[in-house]
Amino acid sequence: MSDSSLFQSLMHSLGLGHSDFNGGIHPPMHKITAAQASEVSPMPPVLIVPLKQHIGEACIPLVQIGDHVYRGQKIARADAYVTASIHAPTSGKVVKIEDHRIPHPSGMGLPCMFIEPDGHDTIDPACLPIVNWRENDPDLLRERIRQSGIVGLGGAAFPTFIKLLRDRHHPVHTVILNGIECEPYLTNDHRLMLENTRQVIEGMQILMHVVQAQKAIIAIEDNKPDAAEAINACLSKQRLDLTVEVRLMPTRYPQGSEKQLIESLTGKQIPAGKLPLHVGVLCQNIGTTKAVYDAIAEGIPLTERMVTVSGDAVPKPKNLRVRIGTPMRFVFAQCGLEDFDDIQILHGGPMMGEKLRSADIPIVKSSTGILAMHTATMQSVHKHEDPCIRCGHCSIVCPIHLVPNLLADHCRNNQFDKAEDYHLFDCIECGCCSYVCPSNIPLVHYFRYGKGQLAQLTRERRFADESKARSEQRERRIERENADKAARRQRVRAETKPVLDGKNSTENDGDAS
Amino acid sequence: MAILSLGGFALVAGIILAIATRAFHIEGDPIADKIEDMLPQTQCGQCGYPGCRPYAEAVASEVAEINNCVPGGERTMIAIADLMGVEPKAIEAEEAIPMIAFVREDECIGCTLCIKACPVDAIVGAPKQYHTIITDHCTGCTLCIDPCPVDCIDMLQKPELIEHWSWPLPDTQRSRIGHQRRESHQHV
Amino acid sequence: MSEFAVILLSAVLVNNYVLTKFLGICPFLGVSGKTETAIGMSFAVMFVMTLASTSSWLVQQFILMPLDLLYLQTIFFILIIASLVQFIEMLIHKISPVLYQGLGIYLPLITTNCAVLGVALLNIQQDNTFITSALYGFGAALGFSLVLILFSGLRERMEGAPVPTAFKGAPLTLITAGMMSLAFLGFSGLVKV
Repeated sequence: MSDSSLFQSLMHSLGLGHSDFNGGIHPPMHKITAAQASEVSPMPPVLIVPLKQHIGEACIPLVQIGDHVYRGQKIARADAYVTASIHAPTSGKVVKIEDHRIPHPSGMGLPCMFIEPDGHDTIDPACLPIVNWRENDPDLLRERIRQSGIVGLGGAAFPTFIKLLRDRHHPVHTVILNGIECEPYLTNDHRLMLENTRQVIEGMQILMHVVQAQKAIIAIEDNKPDAAEAINACLSKQRLDLTVEVRLMPTRYPQGSEKQLIESLTGKQIPAGKLPLHVGVLCQNIGTTKAVYDAIAEGIPLTERMVTVSGDAVPKPKNLRVRIGTPMRFVFAQCGLEDFDDIQILHGGPMMGEKLRSADIPIVKSSTGILAMHTATMQSVHKHEDPCIRCGHCSIVCPIHLVPNLLADHCRNNQFDKAEDYHLFDCIECGCCSYVCPSNIPLVHYFRYGKGQLAQLTRERRFADESKARSEQRERRIERENADKAARRQRVRAETKPVLDGKNSTENDGDAS
Repeated sequence: MAILSLGGFALVAGIILAIATRAFHIEGDPIADKIEDMLPQTQCGQCGYPGCRPYAEAVASEVAEINNCVPGGERTMIAIADLMGVEPKAIEAEEAIPMIAFVREDECIGCTLCIKACPVDAIVGAPKQYHTIITDHCTGCTLCIDPCPVDCIDMLQKPELIEHWSWPLPDTQRSRIGHQRRESHQHV
Repeated sequence: MSEFAVILLSAVLVNNYVLTKFLGICPFLGVSGKTETAIGMSFAVMFVMTLASTSSWLVQQFILMPLDLLYLQTIFFILIIASLVQFIEMLIHKISPVLYQGLGIYLPLITTNCAVLGVALLNIQQDNTFITSALYGFGAALGFSLVLILFSGLRERMEGAPVPTAFKGAPLTLITAGMMSLAFLGFSGLVKV
């Protein structure tokens, strides 16, 4: 933390200076793949497509084992609202459906569909482009985006159509294209902006049409001036009648985080628990915008994405256009990495990515990048955590004004209710606090632990409440049954008494009880 | 004079307090309600009481120990200790892995005895029909095991769901020390 | 008016009952484990102290002095305090059973809280008027609440701190209380009484 940034942060907390988000860090960027044109990955022998690749509910398979599928054919859908359907990445045969590891820190698996490509890559004839989308109803376009299984491709994998909801009380006036890409190593959005400029801009226009926004801002960090130039050139060539602004932002992590970017651009802070919608803004990632273009103007659902393959253990790092479901081992092999001894694989960037336990895991919709690092270069310092010296650096860099050291204390000591009071759930897990901590405290890890435990507690509580309700219901039922039985007995006794003598009626009683 | 004035004053105070007792009379036992909310509601009876509510009442009236809830484990015990303002106690029973019951259907004779035993109505079936357990509702209380005349109910480990997975505590020495300190939990 | 401000300020900060006069240490150490209980205790003490100081002043002026019963002063005052504590105990049991459980034995022990009796007696000694004695009692209670809540906040933080075994528990609590007392010495000279 240099003096100048300390000063800036002080100015900011006093409400002076230009509008900007709080804190942030400047890690070495290692954007080694930035200048290299992307390549198209060949088809692997088998594609492993997980049936849940987004935040929300898992999907139900629509095809049987042995079925032939086309590229873009919907192979799994879900009935819930927060969900995104899954499409076949290429044409071929469904070989099996079984549990397989997915990119998840637990190393656990989920049902996956195994598809053997037939080599023709035939597109489903049902996939038709909406060429005259400008004349089309926004709701129809939104439905197409929903049917195309598009999720946020910046890593969060939140279903995109939900963000495109038009709310009468909160009209969206500005669409923000997030070309920040503040994570080190990752360059996939950068390459998309350079190589698919036209598609990205048209995707942006589609988004603006869907939410009926009048203005757009394309935000790019100043370490990618070529991307800004390409977009400016394309914009001036097209002579759009829309207000589009290309904004170069000073490089700082985590500027690419939605809420932080919106604060940087508009000066508006999104309150906890609210959405960008509530300040009249829609923020979409570059990759997502390109996917929207593909879905509307080309008619192809989300079956492919740009993946940065990098890291110091990769001999030939590059950006690859990879079909969803391609095993990482196959992707790494194209970059010259085949032996995974003493190598750690990260899914996502080095700041927020998750360590994977094996290379036999498929690329999914949220795979922004896969990094292979030598174990020696990976920070092992977090094994030796020192006491907190209360330097306060973690609070200075926290983009959402939390007090990480206190939060970590509470999580470590299982005082989760207090951690929640300190707004644990507002943490975006950007990792700035862990990055600057001089005592090597794995702060974010503590927060993840705390969040998991709190979620677990909530689940247990809910289960207990349900059990209690069922048990009370059962008790009431038994009571009612007993009362019924007693009433019936009394009736029987009253009816039989005149006929039978006393001895018989007592026998009757004994039977009933 | 002294006795009179002191006695008179005490009488006035006494009358005010007597009125206050009437005015602030409380129905039921709110502490028992609070404790019941903390219990896992398995209704398993492992505490020696016929259900969670009776155990909560026994704890609230300080008849029962706070550490008898087996499925609730340490977390519940500490929560109760905090509420009651008493020292936490060690839990004798080992921390159990969450289990659920499972009926081997081809051996089930359809006697409905387990259905009657289940405290949360998690078993479905009819006489002479296979019974089965609704896994989402089973609390793992094992109360259905004993009544079964053909021993066709197994306790299986509850399947782990990826959605329910949560991060473990960081593996550093200090995290372990901090954790243990809280677990052994000393109050001043 | 400024006289009232001086009385209040002096009772809260300069002559703080807990940290400068060392009265009422028992609840100060006993219920400072959790901030919630500390806040509840503060309100209970505020209620008892303010009412005790006013009613003891009334009793002193209208019963003890006219009837020449000054030797019964302590008994009368204890009677007042005990009744008030009984009253607040019932009130808390009704309003917040959890707080009642949390305060435990310390709630009836307000009766023997030397700070409460101390305020009542000091009011008489200092020849306070009715209003100033009410203010003095309230100020003393406010000071008590202030340090109790501050202290409970400190103790809550320390619960998670790595403390050497020898200092765990009571030693650390007492050391912290001592340091707070030192800090409050800094207020002496703020108001001259």
